[in-house]
Formats: sequence, structure tokens, C-alpha cells
Amino acid sequence: MTTTSAPKVQNARANTVQLTVRVKRGAPGAASHWQEYKIEASPLDRFVDVLNNIKWTQDGTLTFRRSCLHGVCGSDSMRINGRNQLACKTLVADLGYKISAEPMLGYPVIRDLVVDMDPFFGKYEKVKPFLINNTPAPATERLQSADQRKRFDAGTKCILCGACTGSCPSVWANPEWVGPAAIVNAHRFIFDSRDEGAAERLQILSDRTGVWRCRTIFNCADVCPREIPVTDLIEDVKRAIIYGEPDIPNT
Amino acid sequence: MPYHKFDVVIVGSGGAGLMAAMQLSHKYSVAVVSKLYPTRSHTGAAQGGVAAALGNQEEDHWQWHMFDTVKGGDYLVDQDAAEVLAREAIDAIYDLEHWGLPFNRTADGRIDQRRFGGHTRNFGEGPVMRSCYAADRTGHMILQTMFQQSVKNQVQFFNEFLATELIVTDGRASGVVAYSIRDGDVHTFSAKAVVFATGGYGRAWRITSNALACTGDGMSIAYRSGIPLEDMEFYQFHPTGIYHVGVLLSEAARGEGAYLLNNEGERFMMRYTPSLQELAPRDIVSRSIVQEIREGRGIDGQDYVYLDIRHLGAEKIREKLPDITDFARTYLRIEPITDPVPIQPTAHYAMGGIPTNINGQVILDEKNTPMLGFYAAGEAACVSVHGANRLGTNSLVDLIVFGRRAGKHIAKMLDSGELDYADLPANTAERTQQMISRIRAGSGERAETIREEMRDTMTDMCGVMRTEEKLLQCGSKIAELQERYQNISIMDKSSSFNTEMMEAIELGYVLDCAEATVESAAARKESRGGHFREDYPTRDDKQFLSHTLAYRKENGGVKELRYKPVVITEFQPKERKY
Repeated sequence: MTTTSAPKVQNARANTVQLTVRVKRGAPGAASHWQEYKIEASPLDRFVDVLNNIKWTQDGTLTFRRSCLHGVCGSDSMRINGRNQLACKTLVADLGYKISAEPMLGYPVIRDLVVDMDPFFGKYEKVKPFLINNTPAPATERLQSADQRKRFDAGTKCILCGACTGSCPSVWANPEWVGPAAIVNAHRFIFDSRDEGAAERLQILSDRTGVWRCRTIFNCADVCPREIPVTDLIEDVKRAIIYGEPDIPNT
Repeated sequence: MPYHKFDVVIVGSGGAGLMAAMQLSHKYSVAVVSKLYPTRSHTGAAQGGVAAALGNQEEDHWQWHMFDTVKGGDYLVDQDAAEVLAREAIDAIYDLEHWGLPFNRTADGRIDQRRFGGHTRNFGEGPVMRSCYAADRTGHMILQTMFQQSVKNQVQFFNEFLATELIVTDGRASGVVAYSIRDGDVHTFSAKAVVFATGGYGRAWRITSNALACTGDGMSIAYRSGIPLEDMEFYQFHPTGIYHVGVLLSEAARGEGAYLLNNEGERFMMRYTPSLQELAPRDIVSRSIVQEIREGRGIDGQDYVYLDIRHLGAEKIREKLPDITDFARTYLRIEPITDPVPIQPTAHYAMGGIPTNINGQVILDEKNTPMLGFYAAGEAACVSVHGANRLGTNSLVDLIVFGRRAGKHIAKMLDSGELDYADLPANTAERTQQMISRIRAGSGERAETIREEMRDTMTDMCGVMRTEEKLLQCGSKIAELQERYQNISIMDKSSSFNTEMMEAIELGYVLDCAEATVESAAARKESRGGHFREDYPTRDDKQFLSHTLAYRKENGGVKELRYKPVVITEFQPKERKY
């Protein structure tokens, strides 16, 4: 990231700057190409505001996903200045005057910045990402201590944007690998004191496409817009497989 | 043209839609049609909590919750519906917990609860801890949990499909038409029951907390099918949107003790609502902020005030309010632990919508005649549990309670054979094809100019404070924009992931919602809850203790407004004072 040459934040709304935005455009069956746009923006604008302004005032064909505009829905994950980020959680002030945007690596491209997320959700489904508990539920809540609740907190923040999985060299090398996001969502249940499905999930994650393909490169943790320590959670799962059970506080 | 057949088709994959799906998927074929991947739905943006009188922290009763809901809604709430909401919230919360929702916990391991605006003990005596929460991402956790359960129950999703038409056969709902964003195909879904859980339309205003996807699709489609829209003049402006951006800073901040400060450093809410102060209902707080700004007490004379959480201390802020402090850091470059945060009211929530009864069945008129096979739930619907103003945390309660009830009612009707497939009319999907062809061939202006004029007009003339003069101007402006919209053009003629086409269709939807809103607002010559008329500043129960129903003319524009009596059971309307 070129923060040194980034526009200043002070008086940001009033002072606009001229940006050059390069977008990698493409569709299946056609060679991709870079297209350059010049547009004015405020340093406090989100990058998604810049893309919207290009789309709305210059080029209606520019195609990308977006919805919530504040980093909670996970629609607009893309590769901005070479790094997977949410376009709505990244400000012009952090990106410099020349910005590049590409679709995330490791996903089939549908059009321009839009990638096919179906394989990603397929991997998510594979790890049984739902509470498994066959004991009849009490009339009120199942009890859980604050410490037990804290044990799996990190993974509950995941918005399934796919930034981690798309930044992982092991995924690039082997598209069959479940990848970091699916493991984060498995972790969220494996370490939940109310869950009884840890053994099944650990079984799934110990096979050829499971956790062992993680080479602790830390790209995933580095790009996570929710600041989930993704690699640590993967290591947690590896330990649970080695010890035969997850390490969850008793009380 | 692709054709599908399911027992039930649910449009919208937020909390209400998925909750309805959950009641049905074990026994019936269910399709969820969503213009987004399900986890992108706007339920995920809800922060603060979901109310239920569990009494885990202090004494509480569902009757108190019901009363607060009725009073918070300025007595326009249908009290039979408020009773259902408050009673069934409790079971619905336990359902969610049993499905794994990671609520914060009390010292004894139960679901933790905290204060929220307008929720009181013993019929208004003082704040009560009723909001169940998962940090400040409760909506995110509800959406994730519901989606996880949908995966478990193998619900079939049609992702990135934009609904365009309700199919009606002899006065009953028989299916849905949707445009596949991915490849431009128009799909027909035949169904025994249809549920619209399509959310709100905050994108009608300039400053809004709502996602770009919140364009009132279901409301508009229903309205175009001759179904009225109820209470559209009641739109909530949330007091604490991030200045200029509109992103929400949750009421949870004030629940935890945050102050609102004007340019004199004064906690001005002490003057407006001495008993609840910053925790007064949202309509009152938003009006108070606008009043402070008008009287020159905005910060630096500008159109914002401060939300101050510094006195809560770094530890509590990190533990209880992590996401919203992150928003302030990200979008304003302000550190809320050491500096106050500039905020202004932001368009947030539609109390109105597609009228339904307490089973989620869509109703057609002031006599509550239900339409067979058609259901609505969540923000898209108006039951009405929010009346003239919704209390914080009651939106999530609405989703889970009435999403569940709609699903259960459909299951009952399917079990008894009262719902069946109907032959689809010969002209099914014709309207959709015509709309797409018209937009593709249009030669007029692009969406941008119309959309921007609409948002400015609605903000200036149909916002927190309203007058006859402005509403009339607003009405003619929206009518003009509707006319210009007919000739809208797009640059992108592709059929592959054409988001410009999608946005053009959505603009038509949100214009319809704006039209019904402003016409309903102009006719309501009183002030109640979120609808404040400077020229009629008091509530007028003699003339207006009733719900508005706005019907559309065949070729556009509001045809007529009818009025439907409010259901009053326990609580006689009283002056609303806090």
C-alpha cells in the first residue's frame, strides 16, 4: 500500500483529488484487459463510492458486487492494489492517487470484478457449518459460561466475503482445498461448548483437502476485513485433530 | 423460459425469509429467491440486539414489552399483533439459541440482556434490560445462524435473482417471476404459497443506514399488483448515523450509557425527555437533534451533533461496542475512546409496508380480507407492530416472530390442503419482459440523475420535519421523476451480470415506495411517531387513529387512500410522554 503518497484526510470532504483507477475487466471466454478511468474523489470516500461514481457517471458497464457499504455484508471483496479488501471498508486516503482493482484470485471470473462464489459456499457447506446437538433442548437456553462463549468468538465475526480464501497460495495451487474461510466456520462450531459434532468435522478436516494443506503463510489473517486471526484458528483445529478433541473450557 | 415448481417460494433471504423457510423445509419443497447471496442480506447489519422479556437480568414481563411497543408506536400499533410479538419473542429467542446463536452470557451462563431505547419496567417507570445481544453484531449472528440452519435443512436457494412480478390467478397468489442477474433469463416460479420478505427502502433518501439493495422491491411489486401499502408515511430516521455517510452507530452505545452533546457540550436530551434522556424512542431523539441544529447548536453551526462514549472507558468500549467503534475509526478517522463522534439522523426503517394480519397473510383492504396464498414478513410487511415508530431491537423481534408465524401458517394451510397450485395466466412474465425491453431500448437519461433528484427531494421535503407545502412539492417532483423514469436508458446491453439493468429496475421500485410515502404523508394532517408535521404538531386521535392504505392507479400514481381502524385491546391511547 502506498500510504505515503495518499491524499490527506484533513478537510477531506471539501478537497477532492483526481484519481486514476485501473480496472481489470473481463468475461468468460474473452481475454481480460485493463481499463483506465479518471475520476474525482474525496480522500474520505470509500473505494466502492469511487466505483459507483464511475459506473453511474461514466461507464454503466463496469460490473462489481456491492450492498451494505460498511463492511458487514461481504459482497464487495476484490483485489485492490494487489490485496484482497472490501471496497466499502477501504478509503481513498489509504489507496493513493493510482488505484488498481481486479477480481480476487482463485475464483472463476463471471464478469469484471464479479467472481463465482458458488464453489466457495460449497466448501463452506462441506464442513457442516451448523450446530450439531442431538440432546433434546431445555425449555429455555442451553447454559454456556462467558469463557466458553469467548472460546469461539473470533470465528463468529466471519462475513463469508472470501477474501482469505482468495489470498491463499495453497488454494491457488489446489482449488480442491477447503481453504481458510471454511475452516474458520468449522472452528466456530468445533470449539462451541454446546456442539456435539466436533468429531465429524475433525474427520472431514483431517483428510487430503483438510487443514494440513495450510502452510501457515498468514495471508488469510492479513487480509481479513473482520480482523479474525484466521491462521491461529486453523492451528487450533490442527491441534484438536492431533489431541483427538478440541480444547474448550469446562466452565 | 425457465420454469420451476415449489410448494412455497420465498422472496428475500434475510431473517424473516429464512425463518419462514425453517418452518417448512422439513416437509415441503421451498425455494428462496434472493437478489443477493443470502448472507449479504441487510438483517446482517442490525447491531444492538433483539428484545424479549426473558428477565435474565432483572424482573421483566411480556406485558411490559407489549406496552412499550404500543406506546413507542404512538398508539398506532395493532395491539393484538403487539401481544403476539411480545409473547412469542421469548420462544423465538430460545429457538435461535438452540440453533446455536452465540448470545453474550450472564455470570450464570444465561443469555445476557441490556437496555435499549423505549424499553421500560412496569409500564414506563424506567429503563429495563430486555435486549438479548451478541456483541454489537446481533443481526449478523441471526442471519448467520438462520443461514446455517438453511444449509442443514437443504433449503434450495436461487441466488442473485431479482424478483419482478407476483403471479396472481383468480385473486390468489400462484407464483413469482424473477430476473436472473447472472445470465439475464426470466424465470417463472409456480407455487402454492408466496412469501415476500424483501426488506425496506431506505435508498429513497440521501443519508441512510440502508444497503444499496434496500429498494423496496416486494412493496413495489405488491403495489403494482393492486395490493395497498399500509402506513408508508411512518418512516424511521435513526438518530445516530455517522455524519455524511449515514452508517449506523447502534443505539447499543446509548444503551451502554453514551451521551448526545450539542455545540455547548450540553446533554440536550435532558431537556426533551427527562425520564429516559438519551434512551427516548428514536423519533423523539431524531427530532431533538434536528431542533438543536435548527437553533444553531449543531457542532460548529453545522448539521451534526456528537455521540460521546469516552466516559464508558476503553475496556467496556472494546468489549461491548467493538464494531461501531470500528465504523467511526474507518469512516471518520476518529477514535471514539478519546474523541466524540459526529452524528446526524439517518433514514433507517419502514414501519409501513405490505399489510398483513398476525399470521403473515397479506390483506387487501380495510376489512382485513386476506389474499389466498400470499404472505409477507419482516420490514417489507406492516402487521402493524411498530405503529408510528418502531422501538430499537423490535425489528429483529418482528423478523423472527412473524417470519415464523408466516411459515407455520403456510404449513398448516398446506397440511389441510387449503393451498394448491393454480394455472398460471397466459400473460405471465409479460410485464417483466416488457419492462426489460423498455429499459434496454430506452433513449432518455440514465438512472443516476433521477435517483439523485429523488434522494435529495425526499430528504429535503419528506424527512424528519414535514409541512403541507413541502409535501405537495415533493409529491409533484416524485410524479415528474416517475414520468422521466419511463424513458430511462442504460449503457450496458449485456445479458451477463448486468447490474446496470438491475439498478434501473430497482430505481422503479424505490420510486413507487417514495410515491406512496409522500402521498400518505400529505394526507395525514397530524403528528404521530415518526411522522412529524410542523403545521399540525399534535396527535389527532379523533381523525387519524387509523392506518393508511395507499392504492396505486393501473398506470402509476396513487389512486386512493383508505383508512383502517387500529386494533386496541389493553391500552387506551394516552399522551406519549417520557
